[in-house]
This record gives sequence, structure tokens and C-alpha cells, in this order.
Amino acid sequence: MEWESVIGLEVHLQLATRSKIFSGSPTAFGAEPNTQASAVDLAMPGMLPVLNEKAVCYAVRFGLGIGAHISKRSVFDRKNYFYPDLPKGYQISQFESPIVGRGSFEILLENGNTRSIGITRAHLEEDAGKSLHEDFHGQTGIDLNRAGTPLLEIVSEPDIRNAAEAVAYLKALHSLVTYLGISDGNMAEGSMRCDVNISLRPAGSETLGTRAEIKNVNSFRFVEKAIRHEIERQSAILEDGGKVVQETRLYDAERDETRPMRSKEVANDYRYFPEPDLLPVVIDDAYIEAIRSTLPELPADKRQRFLTQYGLSKYDANVLSDSRALADYFESVAAECGDAKIAANWVQVELLGQLNRDERSIENCPVSAANLGGLIRRILDHSISGKIAKQVFEAMWQGEGSADTIIEARGLQQVSDSSALETIVDEVIAANAAQVKQYLDADESKRKKLVGFFVGQVMKLSKGQANPQMVNDLLAKKLL
Amino acid sequence: MHNKSVAQLVKGLRERQFSSVEVTRTYLNRIAALDCHYNSFISVDAEVALAAAAAADKSLAAGNGSALTGVPIAHKDIFCTDGTLTSCGSRMLANFVPPYDATVIQRFKSAGAVMLGKTNMDEFAMGSSTESSFYGPTRNPWNTELVPGGSSGGSAAAVASLLAPAATGTDTGGSIRQPAAFCGITGLKPTYGRVSRLGMVAFASSLDQAGPMAHSAEDCALLLNTMAGHDPLDSTSSTAATVDYCATLGDRLDGLRIGLPREYFGEGLDNATGKCIDNALQELAAQGAKLVDVSLPHSALTIPTYYIIAPAEASTNLSRFDGVRYGYRCDNPIDLHDLYTRTRQEGFGDEVKRRILVGTYALSAGYYDAYYKKAQQVRRLIKQDFMNCFEQVDIIAGPTTPGPAFALGTKSNDPIAMYLEDVYTLAVNLAGLPGMSVPAGFVDQKPVGLQLIGRHFEEARLLNVAHRFQQATDWHLRTPGSAQGAHQ
Repeated sequence: MEWESVIGLEVHLQLATRSKIFSGSPTAFGAEPNTQASAVDLAMPGMLPVLNEKAVCYAVRFGLGIGAHISKRSVFDRKNYFYPDLPKGYQISQFESPIVGRGSFEILLENGNTRSIGITRAHLEEDAGKSLHEDFHGQTGIDLNRAGTPLLEIVSEPDIRNAAEAVAYLKALHSLVTYLGISDGNMAEGSMRCDVNISLRPAGSETLGTRAEIKNVNSFRFVEKAIRHEIERQSAILEDGGKVVQETRLYDAERDETRPMRSKEVANDYRYFPEPDLLPVVIDDAYIEAIRSTLPELPADKRQRFLTQYGLSKYDANVLSDSRALADYFESVAAECGDAKIAANWVQVELLGQLNRDERSIENCPVSAANLGGLIRRILDHSISGKIAKQVFEAMWQGEGSADTIIEARGLQQVSDSSALETIVDEVIAANAAQVKQYLDADESKRKKLVGFFVGQVMKLSKGQANPQMVNDLLAKKLL
Repeated sequence: MHNKSVAQLVKGLRERQFSSVEVTRTYLNRIAALDCHYNSFISVDAEVALAAAAAADKSLAAGNGSALTGVPIAHKDIFCTDGTLTSCGSRMLANFVPPYDATVIQRFKSAGAVMLGKTNMDEFAMGSSTESSFYGPTRNPWNTELVPGGSSGGSAAAVASLLAPAATGTDTGGSIRQPAAFCGITGLKPTYGRVSRLGMVAFASSLDQAGPMAHSAEDCALLLNTMAGHDPLDSTSSTAATVDYCATLGDRLDGLRIGLPREYFGEGLDNATGKCIDNALQELAAQGAKLVDVSLPHSALTIPTYYIIAPAEASTNLSRFDGVRYGYRCDNPIDLHDLYTRTRQEGFGDEVKRRILVGTYALSAGYYDAYYKKAQQVRRLIKQDFMNCFEQVDIIAGPTTPGPAFALGTKSNDPIAMYLEDVYTLAVNLAGLPGMSVPAGFVDQKPVGLQLIGRHFEEARLLNVAHRFQQATDWHLRTPGSAQGAHQ
């Protein structure tokens, strides 16, 4: 039978606030264990949470970014379970009344088309600490630096149909939240962690099958692998006439498989109830509108604008709108040089290529957009050829300054002085009598090919700086 | 010296009639000599107290005194005190020395008060007799065979026996008012949110409130002036403006409408206790107050409602006591599960465990709607009852407790009988209202308390009524015989 997979994702997004969601401790990654944990984070007796307004602001930004309903009144709840890295014995989360309701956003499929994925809700909560099992010889160490870091849990509708779409969803989400400036989106540091809900049903069926939840899948690649595996596992069960058990599974990246979590790892009754230490979060239209007025242009709108305003191809528009920094860079280059298509080409081929080779991000690019734009301007006004431009770009990358500085310092201006060029052309003709004869003997159709030899010689003597068009014109005149 | 009120101490210290060191030493000596009879303190650090007193004397000499500079105060052992054991009456925290002060403690420090010591209490404030303390029961100074009430029984006994001029307490369902009534002192539970809960070990977060316990309403007003106010670190603390609670103490009562809820004067109220309350009300009427018959129709639902909400909140508030970061930890745990279960089994007493179990049950999937959610709905009805009454009257009055103090051991094995002790006080916490207990007479040499309940944030009115009552009566000035045998 043909099976259709139905996938929903829950993403825990770490919000880029400077302090924690309920205490003043810093949230910076990588500090010495337990140096960023206050009495509140340690759940010392009598300590109370105080909500970080920035976290609310970021959640609202996200909600506005996906066109969602923003709750004017949302409520924090306690989610109760015991674990050593959960100091209070409960996590403060939002259960019945999340701050962000239903919304949606566009994802980019591999074929370049877009598709809208629904968001069921997004709610604020605090992160737990970390249990460290190595280095403690049969004991467990607890690091509470992460405890209390603000998270936005983003729950998608079961709109995703395969592993590739799941990855596209995560990429689009990553792009959206970094555009919004609410998260650094750094997956390696756990800023985006993903749980996958997945079930199969006969193709064409409308009812949902029994789902399994795969916990804590932390990279695009693992999401893809985990989903592929889970689809295989479930379809094998169903093909054999068996039934999928509703359960929580863990993706084991090392063995590349999912396995059921031990029942101990699954708390089944969290005893949610409203957190009595916090008041409901009440916000008004003015608050929401103030945040709305600071929203940047979002990826989907930017993509569309790149198509219409600059006439870029779909592919180019997709690549260049992928991150806000890259899009801004491209637009600066385009504005500087006045030709968006050439700018798009240079940014994608030379710049991204070089960034990739050096493993740098666009934020740490050594060539400013103004300099790259200046370089392209020199190509457009024929001061240098495209080939020389690559040399200049190389030098700019090494920090030698603007294109004009480099062209000047290295004497790379294109030679367009006709008398200087004439001398070189005459020299080449005089030095290659045999080839001249061959050329003159050839018929018109073959001459086109043979003239290339003379152009090459001229370019060689001029160190590539001769204006190719003028060289062609001169040769055509002289070789009669 | 130990017979002076807080107001008199403030005046005497300011006028340099005596020093804070003298006053503090007097009380420390009394504690050393007499507390063996009451067990009202869990810890007393004389050295720290005397150092604070000496510092207070310096400020006073320099003319830099604050509101309570040099006045010794005892604090319930539920308030975290920087560098001093804060046990909450439990084995679980019998080794816990916080590195921070509760906001209440900080405010007393800023006001110049001297901490005498930390007072005994029911374990985690769960109880009405101070019998569930890990440090043994506190005894009632009026008769040491009797309980002092609870959970702030240590504070009440210390004040009643003149081991401290005043003390702090906390009240989740009557824990200031009931021991104040049993020990013949004055106690005020402020409006929920009036006093910061930061640094107060949490029992039931939506009900807990700290307040003063002293001999007189005037002293309570002085303490409340220091305690009350917004705390940005407690999200539930109110931003409503505070007033000078001493300013209106003497206002006349003419025309004051006092509501008498018929549900508080019916079956269950001890006759002799009821008589004391009637006499007290007649005194208020004689001063011009009008007594009005009112009704709180949902009163019968108070105990079941409270005993779902309070344990539910407690069950999760107490989850942090897991042996991982601080407090008691069982010996040689074999694994995590063993660490949790034995730590909590050995660290908590029976009443605490009972409430954790009840609360966990009430919040469980499948029971939540029938218990916790329903209780929250009833809670709104109970609050509405009071709001309706306050449309007709200015304050509500009645007995604090159904009867006077009972003998030690008589109710400690009967939770329901113990819970009934709080039948008149619980609703005030559920509604978040301010409530007071004022000494109003004796039954068989056992003190009786008159309860006054006010509108939200109208503590000043309660203190005014209590003060006027105390101007005309001397119940609050009586001290138990056992406290007199003191040396100076």
C-alpha cells in the first residue's frame, strides 16, 4: 500500500534575551558551570520568578511575524516533574493560554516553490539545566547555567509531508526568527531544538494514524534522517498488518535509529496548573502595535520584492533572501553599482564561494558591500575586465582596500589608449608572420577562430589589461 | 523593661532612656531563662543580636535612628535570614543557612530593628498547633499543657511570654490570627500582596501573607509601616500605595458599620467564647459602631475549598526539596529514585506528606477539573460573598476561633478536627482580605480572640478599630503568670 506521512514539529527556540526569563542571570553560552545561576535559578527557598518583558516582546514579534493571533491575556502554568536539572521540580510554561495562537508562514521547497505551513501555537517557557554524566565517576553533575533561559515553543500543524519538507520548515523558521532578531538560531549551541510528531496513513485517507513522537532532534540533518527512519519503521509495521504504538522515541544519532524512551524518561502526568507566583500576562493593542512598527521586512516579502524590483530569477531571489544580513549586503552592493543582476551574480558566486572556503559568515565578511559595489562599477565602466576584477576581489579579501586603490596601486587599469594598443598589435603582427599568412589564406569562416590567437598574444603582452573590444577592432583593421 | 510596648521602646531608645544593648540583653536573658518552658525559639544568636544592638545604639547616638532602630524583634523561622539557620520547622531545612535575607527581614534591618532570634512553627507552616515542628512543640504561656496555636505559635508564645516585644508571622489560613487568639496577643494578616513574599519559604503561594504579631494594635501598626510596600521581586506584591498605619489609630468609630456574619455565630462556636465576642462587640457599639447582621452564604464550603487549593500549591512548592542542591539529603542513595524518595520520606513530617499527597491528587489528570478547578470556582464565590457584605458594612467581625486553646496532643492525630480550628480564618485568605485577631477576654483563663476583617488594603481601618477597642479594654495588657517569674 502507499502510505502518506503526516508530520508536525515542535521547536524549542531559545530567545536571544540577555537575561533569563524569570531572573536577572545572564544567558550567555559556554560559561563555567553554575556561574550563571542565581538563587532564583537554583530554586532556593522563598525565591520568586519575575517575568522578563523582553521575552514577551520577542514572543509577540514572532506572533506578528507569522500573522498569528496574539493573546491579550496569557497565563503561565507549572508543569510538574522531578529531575535533578529542574531545580524547582516544575517548569514554568504556558499550557492552556499561550501567548501566540494560530498563524502560518511560507516554506521554500527544493523545487523553488513555496508552501504555507500552519502554526498551532507558540508559548513561552523556561529551559532546564543540564545533567553531565561524564567526568563524575558514577555520579551526575548538574549545570544550571541554562536553567531559566527563555524558550519559545513553536508547535506546527501536521501539515508537513516528508523529511525534505521538515528540513525546509526548519530552514524557513530559522530564517524567520533571525530576521525578527529574536534568536541567534544557533543549532549547535541548542538554540533550536526539535521534537517530531509523525504518523502514517493510507494515501488519500483523511483520518490520522497513530503517531510517535521523536524527542530532541538537534540538527537539520538529524531531522531528515530521523524522519526517514521513522517512516520506514512505521510503514514496515503497517505493511505487516501491525499497529503503531503511541509512544515517545529518542533519536540516537550515533546508531542512526530511533528507539522508545524508557518509561521512566516519560512523565505522563505533569499536573499543570496556573503558576500562582506570576500574574497573567496582560498586553494591549498599543503594546502590540509598537512592536509591529519595528518589524523588519520578512523573508517571503523580501523574496517577492527581489523578483519584481530587481528582476532576479526565483533561484537568485531565494538564495539572496535566505538571511537578512545577506539580503542587506546584496541590496547595498546593487545600490552601489547600479546593476542588481551583476551584483546578484557576484554576491552568489565570488562572495559566497569565498565565504564558504574561509568558513566565514556574511556578518564577518572582510569585503564591505560598498567595496564590492565599487569593484563592479569598474567592470561596468570598462576600467577593468571581469578577469582582472577577480584579481582585485582577491586583493580586497586580503584587506588591501577599495577596488580603486588596488587597481591604482597594481596598475590594473584596462589599456584603452589606441596608440599604445596599436604599438602592441603591430608588434604581435610583426613577430608572427607565419600565423599572419595562415590567417590571410584562410576563408572567412576560419578567420574568426584564427584571430583569437592574435588577441591572446596582445592580452599576454598587455598583462591582460588591453581593452578586448579595441584589440579586436584594431586587429580587424590591420590584418587586411 | 520587658513590659514595654514597641511604641514605648521606640520612644525610650530615641530619648536615650535606655540603650538597645540593654533592651536586647534583657530579652536574651529572658529567653535563656524561660524559653525552656515554651520552646518558642528555634535559634537565638545572642552575639549577632547584641552586635546589631550596639550598632543601633551608635546610630541612635549619632541621631541617625530609623523607625525601629534598636527594637528587638523575633522572626518566624519561615523568613530567610542571611547567615542564620532558616529551618521552616522541618528536618528538611535543619541545615539550611540562606545566603540572602527575605524582603521582610531586609526591611526590618533597614528600619534598624534587631533580630532576637527565629521562632518555632508548624513544619512548613502546615498546622494549627505548632506541634508538627521538627524542633518539638511550642507551649502556650497561659498554660503549658495547651497548644499556642499555629503555625506561628513560636512567635505568638514569645510575644505573650514577653520574650520578645513583637514578632513576625505568616498566615496562609489563620496562622497569625489563630495563635494570636490562643496566646492573647494582637496579630494582623495584611491584604494578600501588601507584604512581599520574597524570601519567605512558600507554603501556598496564592494565600501566604506575612504580618506583625504584638501586644497591641498600635505596635502592629508600627511594624506594618516597616513591612508593607511593593517589592519588584515579588510579582504578586501590590503596587497600591501604603499609608501611615499609625496616623488613623485614634479615629472615632461613630457610624462605623460592623457586619456580623451569622455563619460565624452559629453551630460550632463555643458558648463561652461567643459570650466574650458579644461583649467585645457591645464595647464597639458603645463607641458608636452599628452592628449589622450579614451573611456569607458559602461559608460551609470554605474548609473543603481551602484544603484543595492550599495542598495543591504546597505539593508543587515543596518539590524543590529533593536533596539535590541544599537541605536534607538521605545517606548513601543508591540511585536518583532512592535519593528522592528517601530524602523526602525522611526529611518531611507526616502532616507535610499528607498535604503533598492530597495536593498531588487534586492536580492529577482526571481529577483536576473535579477538585482544583472546582475549588477555584468556589473560591471566587467565597470572595464575592465578602464583596457583597462590604457593600453594606465597613468591616466584618466575629470570633477568630471556635473555642480557646486546646490541650497538646488532643488533635494532632485527627487532621479533620485540626482543620476545623481554622473555620473562621480560612475564608479571609481565600478572598485575599486583611484580617486581625484582637484579645477579647478569657474562658477558663484561656484567651479569646476577636477577629476583624476589612476590605482589601484597608488595614488602617482594622488597626483603628482594634486600637479604639484596646483604649477601652485591657485584655491585650494581661500577661500570663508564667511569664512573671522572670528575673531582670
